[in-house]
Amino acid sequence: MSMSTAATATLAVTKVDAPTIEYGKLSPILIIAGVAVVGVLIEAFLPRPARYRAQLTVALVGMIAAFGAVVWLARDLPDDHRGSVTAMGAVAVDGPSLFLQGTLLLIGIASVLLIGERRLEPAGGDAFAPQAAAAPGSQQEKDAAAAGWTQTEVYPLTMFSLVGMLLFPAANDLLMMFVALEILSLPLYLLCGLARRHRLLSQEAALKYFLLGAFSSAFFLFGVAMLYGYSGSVSLDKIGVASAGAMDNDALLLIGLAMVAVGLLFKVGAVPFHSWTPDVYQGAPTPITGFMAAATKVAAFGAMMRFFYVALPGMRWDWRPVMIGVAIVTMVAGAIIAITQTDVKRLLAYSSIAHAGFILTGMIAMSDAGVSSTMFYLVAYGFVTLGAFAVVTLVRDARGEATHLSHWAGLGRRSPLVAGVFALFLLAFAGIPLTSGFSGKFAVFQAAARGGAGSLVVVGVLCSAVAAFFYVRVIVLMFFSEPKVDGPTVVVPSVMTTAAIALGVAVTVVLGILPQPVLDLADKAALFVH
Amino acid sequence: MIETSSLASGVVLANEGGGGLHSVAASGAYSALWLVVGLPLLGALLLLVGGKRTNAFGHILGTAMALGSFAVGVLMFVTMLGKDDADRSVDQHLWTWAPVNEFQADIGLHLDQLSVVFVLLITGVGSLIHIYSIGYMAHDENRRRFFGYLNLFVAAMLLLVLANNYLLLYAGWEGVGLASYLLIGFWQHKPSAATAAKKAFIMNRVGDFGLAVAVFLMFTTFGSFDFADVLGGSASASDGTMTAIGLMLLLAACGKSAQFPLQAWLGDAMEGPTPVSALIHAATMVTAGVYLITRSAEIFNASPDAQLAVTVVGAITVLFGAIVGCAKDDIKKALAASTMSQIGYMILAAGLGPIGYVFAIMHLVTHGFFKAGLFLGAGSVMHGMNDEVDMRRYGGLRKYMPITFVTFGLGYLSIIGFPLLSGFFSKDKIIEAAFAKGGTSGWILGAVTLLAAGLTAFYMTRVMLMTFFGKERWKEAPAGAPADWHEPHPHESPTSMTGPMILLAFGSVFAGGLFVLNESFVKWLTPVTGFSHGDLPMSEWAVTGMALSMVALGSAVAYVQYARRDVPAVAPAASLVTVAARRDLYQDAVNEGLVMRPGQYLTRLLVWFDNRGVDGFVGGLAAFIGGTSARVRKVQTGFVRSYALSMFGGTLLVVACTLMARMA
Repeated sequence: MSMSTAATATLAVTKVDAPTIEYGKLSPILIIAGVAVVGVLIEAFLPRPARYRAQLTVALVGMIAAFGAVVWLARDLPDDHRGSVTAMGAVAVDGPSLFLQGTLLLIGIASVLLIGERRLEPAGGDAFAPQAAAAPGSQQEKDAAAAGWTQTEVYPLTMFSLVGMLLFPAANDLLMMFVALEILSLPLYLLCGLARRHRLLSQEAALKYFLLGAFSSAFFLFGVAMLYGYSGSVSLDKIGVASAGAMDNDALLLIGLAMVAVGLLFKVGAVPFHSWTPDVYQGAPTPITGFMAAATKVAAFGAMMRFFYVALPGMRWDWRPVMIGVAIVTMVAGAIIAITQTDVKRLLAYSSIAHAGFILTGMIAMSDAGVSSTMFYLVAYGFVTLGAFAVVTLVRDARGEATHLSHWAGLGRRSPLVAGVFALFLLAFAGIPLTSGFSGKFAVFQAAARGGAGSLVVVGVLCSAVAAFFYVRVIVLMFFSEPKVDGPTVVVPSVMTTAAIALGVAVTVVLGILPQPVLDLADKAALFVH
Repeated sequence: MIETSSLASGVVLANEGGGGLHSVAASGAYSALWLVVGLPLLGALLLLVGGKRTNAFGHILGTAMALGSFAVGVLMFVTMLGKDDADRSVDQHLWTWAPVNEFQADIGLHLDQLSVVFVLLITGVGSLIHIYSIGYMAHDENRRRFFGYLNLFVAAMLLLVLANNYLLLYAGWEGVGLASYLLIGFWQHKPSAATAAKKAFIMNRVGDFGLAVAVFLMFTTFGSFDFADVLGGSASASDGTMTAIGLMLLLAACGKSAQFPLQAWLGDAMEGPTPVSALIHAATMVTAGVYLITRSAEIFNASPDAQLAVTVVGAITVLFGAIVGCAKDDIKKALAASTMSQIGYMILAAGLGPIGYVFAIMHLVTHGFFKAGLFLGAGSVMHGMNDEVDMRRYGGLRKYMPITFVTFGLGYLSIIGFPLLSGFFSKDKIIEAAFAKGGTSGWILGAVTLLAAGLTAFYMTRVMLMTFFGKERWKEAPAGAPADWHEPHPHESPTSMTGPMILLAFGSVFAGGLFVLNESFVKWLTPVTGFSHGDLPMSEWAVTGMALSMVALGSAVAYVQYARRDVPAVAPAASLVTVAARRDLYQDAVNEGLVMRPGQYLTRLLVWFDNRGVDGFVGGLAAFIGGTSARVRKVQTGFVRSYALSMFGGTLLVVACTLMARMA
């Protein structure tokens, strides 16, 4: 009795303010969250045959609306483009947030178009298991396939993941960042295990991704605790203030920043936290691989930049050497291991590791140019990756996608258009001029060189040369080898995949020939709010 | 004294007006300038990317794009007519490709009195040749691709003449080279066409190398690619640099314009379809070298040595082409040799400096008309003669192809310089300018141009007589004819082919007269290129009289040899000179002996070195990286426990290094 009285008294004394939240500024995130919830309701209440169309429509319309909201918010940014924080300082609405959110939404639109593709499987259906809960190879699975079921839950799952991604680069305190990390990761773990073909491989990939993801989340959280212990806050701004004057007794701070960095480096697939990448990229349904490879990188690099630029600008002399080391190892390992790959999805996975190293190069520059070049690279890289995986979905034989490289021999003779498009993407990966890859690489290397990381640029250029070898090798294979007699065929997709690939091609070519408008936009959006 | 002052004033004029120093930003009607390049580029994209889907209407689309470009070009010209000299030069900045500190790679266009002349020539003649090709290529299954390439060529050529900086000009330069390669080798199933395409491409590489070095030199000297900066700053650079840039530009011009010593590809390029020969290898692309030199007037004005080299190259080529033209029996090769010789005239004129720039361009335009007309006429003859090109198998065709005969005949009269036709005015002015250079070199150059005028009259009269007059030699089967040989049935070509020929004939007749009326062409170009009268050592009438006598003499000799006597159906044995001329003055043998054989030996040496030295290193490095890759790859075991372990190890490492970074 007396206990409860005391508690009441305490409550009466410390008046708790209700948090103020400016919903308008969060509208892009809220719209996608709403779309995800509506998607769940559709699954619950709509009859099975109507769900596909409803899900697809709701997701696409929602993402376009959210993109509109991003544009609207960007127009409202003050002249210095610094933006503001909202939701009690937990979310930042500034240039980098909005730029990356816009990029994520465009990638999301293209990804949903790929996910919604239903023309490729000869027996009908999409890239996902007819009934995910059925054991692989079981009678139940066969029945589900025969009945033409599909798991339209993939749309709300994708949307939930996108919510986390939109929040991740905007999160202005470490708890919010952690929540966003989990929101984006959990649906992805599930989605990875849903492939229609090679289901065991897919489930193995999902399990690996989940276990290692949980492991890295633990590091992240541990790091957050350390930083809280040092600064007494989880807010990036306050950590920034506290760390600015750090001198001696700061093991907590250093360990904390290293641990949080590990959590983030895991998400972008940097060496030595990359080992999940090839297995998961190979096992996951290819549209999901494309989505994951493109969007996760954008979101995670956004969060990483905010973490280092807002919370630890004063600590740059401590974290830069380590990050330079990580970037070098990442570029070298990615490029070298890719050389001996024989599976096109694994090849692209290692290529994405090498690219994570290139992007780190821009981040390490620790300048506005570093931010803008990194963001530009993310746009360029995101669309090339998505386009490349989209092409992978088209090259098929009786066992599904023909991902072994030997099957791609002579593809250019049989399907010059598809092989030509893939060659364009490979050239962009390699960073050949007049493609977006060149503009992006040029921008990050330039920023890094100006930022005093010349050694990094030298390694980057050398690794680009090594990487060019395996990209061009695929082109040679496609155009200068005799086609196999029983080689794969290129399936003609519906307008959705075509649109996604066309978007990839358009961005790749336009950013190669006419990069300036997007570079300017990235320059304007390069300031983090403090 | 008068001479020097007028020369000086010419140079001053050139500096004032040249290189778009005073150009203003494009606005009003000028803002459509980019469409001139954009339309044919769009056409090329649609036709080449669209593939089979555009087969049905590809030729219409391609022609429409060329005509559209011509319409915009005319709009530009009319707009320019309405302005004062000072406001006629405009710049349109489209976008900056890659700004890096001082390195500004701009995509921008520059329109002035000089480039508008080229725009009208390229789009005008280009459109006519598109129309002609509809008929000429009607039965070719790859007609759509042909039009795609033609559009690509027109776009690249327009980019070349409209670029406002040397880097973009280089892009256009390479673009026309590519289009030329694709079109010469258009019938790639014929080994001769494929070889000719390669030959043209490789010889052009030598010239392109010159242009590349010139652009490098400009950037290191002036820190910019812009015409305004490079040409405006030419006074401040050292003489040696300017001579080097000038010689490199000359090398570029030699490659593209088939000038000595890079002339050997042009004759073989006749393997391409005849409309291609007319457009690319007569009227436009091969004149790019003349444009380059005229556009870079300030550079050459600053370097008398480079100018001298230009005139020497021009003089040699004028005679070289004319001599070769006298002995060729293949109608297209005879015309190709003539093209080489006529461009020699232009290069020679351009080398004279402000005395000659205007006349180089004037001859370029009139030549564009009459030579394109002659080639289209040759195509029309071939069209009616089962694609026969040997003039010894022609004869008496005037009765069968009256329109072709008349239009070809007008082109013929124009090129030999028949009084009051276009070629008469433009060539006469060049001969005058050569004499007006003054000094011994002026006399030599003047004599060369006069001699070449006589040779031109000879070989063109020969072509005319062998083709349209004399016995109908095509009625008899040639020696060693295949069993299924049948007599050709010469006939006039369809309207889509004769129409362009008639229009070009008008140009061949009247253009020159219009240009010299009130000196309108000189006045038009002077603000860009500068102009000076020079010092003619005799009266203009004397020069004209000498030129006309040479023409009469040349024609008379040809008449005696080819009209009074029968033309043998097989080339007869002849003097050493004739044999040499038939074999292009042994140009291929010289190239093989001087360049190809030593090149092959050098290549073998390099291959040997490459195999032993370089490959050992490179191969070793590649094997090392590949081996590393194979070894490191094994780390990827597939076991999640080892992945987790590597992550844990990595984390320890990152934490340890972060802590250590503080200590260090």
